[in-house]
Amino acid sequence: MEFFRSSNIDWLGKKWYFLGFSLIFSVAGVLSLAFWHGVPLGVDFKGGTQIKVHFDSTPNDAHIRQALDRAGVHDEIVQSISGGATSNDEVISLPLSTASDTAHDQGRAEVEAALKSNYKDSGFSIVQEDIVGPTAGKQLTKQAAWAVLYSLLGMLVYLWFRFELIYGVAAVVAVFHDTLITVGAFSLTNQEITLTVIAALLTLIGYSMNDTIVVFDRIRENLALSRRESLSDVVNRSINQTLSRTVISSGLTFLTVLSLYLFGGEVLHGFSFALVIGILIGTYSSIAVAAPMLVAYQDWRGSRGKTVSLPAAKGVAPKGARTAKR
Amino acid sequence: MNKNLGTKAILIAVVLLGCVYGIIGIPHGGLKQSILNRIHLGLDLKGGVHLVLQVHVEEAISSATDRDMQTLNTELAQYSGVTATKLDPKHPESITISGTTPANQSDVRSVLNANEYQAYDVNSSGNGNYTMTMKQSSIRDLEQRTLDTSIETIRARVDALGVSEPQIEQYNLGDNEILVQLPGIDDAGHVEDIIQSTAKLEIHPVVSGPYDNEAAALAAVNGAPPPDQVILKGTAGNGGTDQYYILKRAAIVEGTDFRDAQPSTDENGRPDITFTLTTEAGDRFYKYTNDNKGTGSMAIVLENRIREVAGIEGAIREQGRISGGGISQEYAQSLSMMLRTGSLPASISYIETRTVGPSLGAESIHAGVVAAIAGMLAVMIFMLVYYKGAGVNADLALLLNLIILLGFMGFFSATLTLPGIAGVILTIGMGVDSNVLIFERVREELRLGKTAAIAVQDGFAHAWITIIDTHVTTVVSALILLVFGSGPVKGFALTLIFGLLANIFTAVFVSRTIFDWGLSRKGRDAALSI
Repeated sequence: MEFFRSSNIDWLGKKWYFLGFSLIFSVAGVLSLAFWHGVPLGVDFKGGTQIKVHFDSTPNDAHIRQALDRAGVHDEIVQSISGGATSNDEVISLPLSTASDTAHDQGRAEVEAALKSNYKDSGFSIVQEDIVGPTAGKQLTKQAAWAVLYSLLGMLVYLWFRFELIYGVAAVVAVFHDTLITVGAFSLTNQEITLTVIAALLTLIGYSMNDTIVVFDRIRENLALSRRESLSDVVNRSINQTLSRTVISSGLTFLTVLSLYLFGGEVLHGFSFALVIGILIGTYSSIAVAAPMLVAYQDWRGSRGKTVSLPAAKGVAPKGARTAKR
Repeated sequence: MNKNLGTKAILIAVVLLGCVYGIIGIPHGGLKQSILNRIHLGLDLKGGVHLVLQVHVEEAISSATDRDMQTLNTELAQYSGVTATKLDPKHPESITISGTTPANQSDVRSVLNANEYQAYDVNSSGNGNYTMTMKQSSIRDLEQRTLDTSIETIRARVDALGVSEPQIEQYNLGDNEILVQLPGIDDAGHVEDIIQSTAKLEIHPVVSGPYDNEAAALAAVNGAPPPDQVILKGTAGNGGTDQYYILKRAAIVEGTDFRDAQPSTDENGRPDITFTLTTEAGDRFYKYTNDNKGTGSMAIVLENRIREVAGIEGAIREQGRISGGGISQEYAQSLSMMLRTGSLPASISYIETRTVGPSLGAESIHAGVVAAIAGMLAVMIFMLVYYKGAGVNADLALLLNLIILLGFMGFFSATLTLPGIAGVILTIGMGVDSNVLIFERVREELRLGKTAAIAVQDGFAHAWITIIDTHVTTVVSALILLVFGSGPVKGFALTLIFGLLANIFTAVFVSRTIFDWGLSRKGRDAALSI
């Protein structure tokens, strides 16, 4: 069995369709980030109190709110957990003021007392709580930001070292595009971005690079073999040659991540959502963003009268040695 | 080729066995228990409490300079008009000396430069005034000691909760922060209270004792102790059975009066303990010990149990020794730690609290395992269908990959978290990528007309570079996660790194060996099932 035995699609010719597709999703995401849901930060970053309560019978949101109101707690957000058909869990979130460093436990204590005395529908138990004060919130945010920055820099340097700078830049632009669309997806669906989601984002940065490198490796190999073909033709051929591997490999990784999304439970939901989107977009971007960018860069250099051949980059043996190996 | 194959096969078998050992050790008590003995579960899978607290070290600095300021004032009392004060509450590390006259300036200066105050920089600020500022190195020293003492105290208090495998350490995300992780506890509020509470440590004068049992003690006071006395018991540093003493009810010195306690040796080289009290307590203590030297003894009482009884050998102000026969070095260390940790040296506040209930932890494990098995099955079936014989190769490599990954975790005593399980699942997906790369390349080579053996050789040779490139980039981003991540995220990064390293071994070495073995059995012109 073999898909894509000898595909011969003109990928670069379709680059305007790709651009349009990417633009739609990026712009939608950016609009949502800027004007609609904003960046839905989890408690790790914005601070506050988040309590997950398990009720013995189906919880009544209105009654919960009343119970809290009567105890003087007014600024809570009560959400039921989706994704579990028999789940009787609710998440009660309180803003940062209830988790200040001096009165750290205040919010949780109030909620627990309020439910105990005022909620009569059923018994309950607290299964998870996260209380992040302002100091910790700031520290965690700073850490996450540095991690992402270092990751991108690290990738850029590695690619610069193994290929040429332009390859690195093209790959980083592709990765940036992927991250933007994924974060935009979180904003559009109003899902929280927590520390584990950041971990997922860093993973998908690595994965997208992965995928882009496979295509670049093939481009580099083909460039060394044929000096007379145009860059567009070489890139197209490279993509077609690696298409089989790309689709199957991404497909399999996507299968495992989908399994995580469907069966992995509610705690990992944000994490697996990020990976599901990330893997699809990451594969897409290697073909639709990184490769066209290489060609565009060369065309731009050509139009300014500079040398037109894209360097085949380091790490490739000279032609003589190549022939001997074959 | 056959000889090499044998060696390679043995190597793989050794690795396999080694990793199985890493996972289950020498199995006893059932398979599940053996695995859990080797692979630790994170808090998000076991359930437990995670606390980050901030130690307000500036209080320790403030009381250190307070104490020095008091001592200074006593020493400067002979120079009328000269005073030492702390003028700026925002700078607790500075003491200002004012009111010197040209006549006594040099004398005052020599007092300030004395050995006791070597932790300070003395600067003249004109008009006969001096400023003593604690050196940065001394401040850092004091902060670190305060932090260490806090950690010891908290550890002692947490021990009382009976937690297995508690983790208490300095937290490096911020200054002077401590991380406390307690698996198996589900009431964060209770734990927070215990840690913050002040333990009761007191020194009482001994009226009489020791008595072997309560009856003997009661007999000595005619049935009931008078209102200003109390009968307490304890091991008094001798180990073994409890002994009873009659003590005065009022304590001379309490826990909050101890600034420090360190094990040391007396003039005969025997282990003893030196301690430091606050100035105010020192005065009280001086009065008492001066009045009773040579005649009385005192009992150190911790949580209403007698820990140590010592004779009063001389008048003691702030700095004193607890000595006397029978103190071993270990006991000196543990007792001074207890004296030090009787109370926290500075107040603490909580900045982050997380609790995971045990039921949620168990659910998470269940969900993670189901997802892992589902993902793995999907991948394995696809590989069989799409690549036929070679698919078996890939599936074997995948299984081995998983065993090596878990083996690494067992050997390194790594902690498995819920994102870590996700990392395992991701490794399955990305791991099979290497095999796909190789197989696609081999198919290409076969299409070019090469024989099976050459196609395999060239396929591996070409795919090798790409495999390295892709693994390095993912390992780099996982390393960054390892450095910057905390707890669960660290677990994810670790499983990803282990998985990728294992994958390089299985995808390249093991797969190749299996191919070679298959080809060597079929002969040179055989077709390859791929």
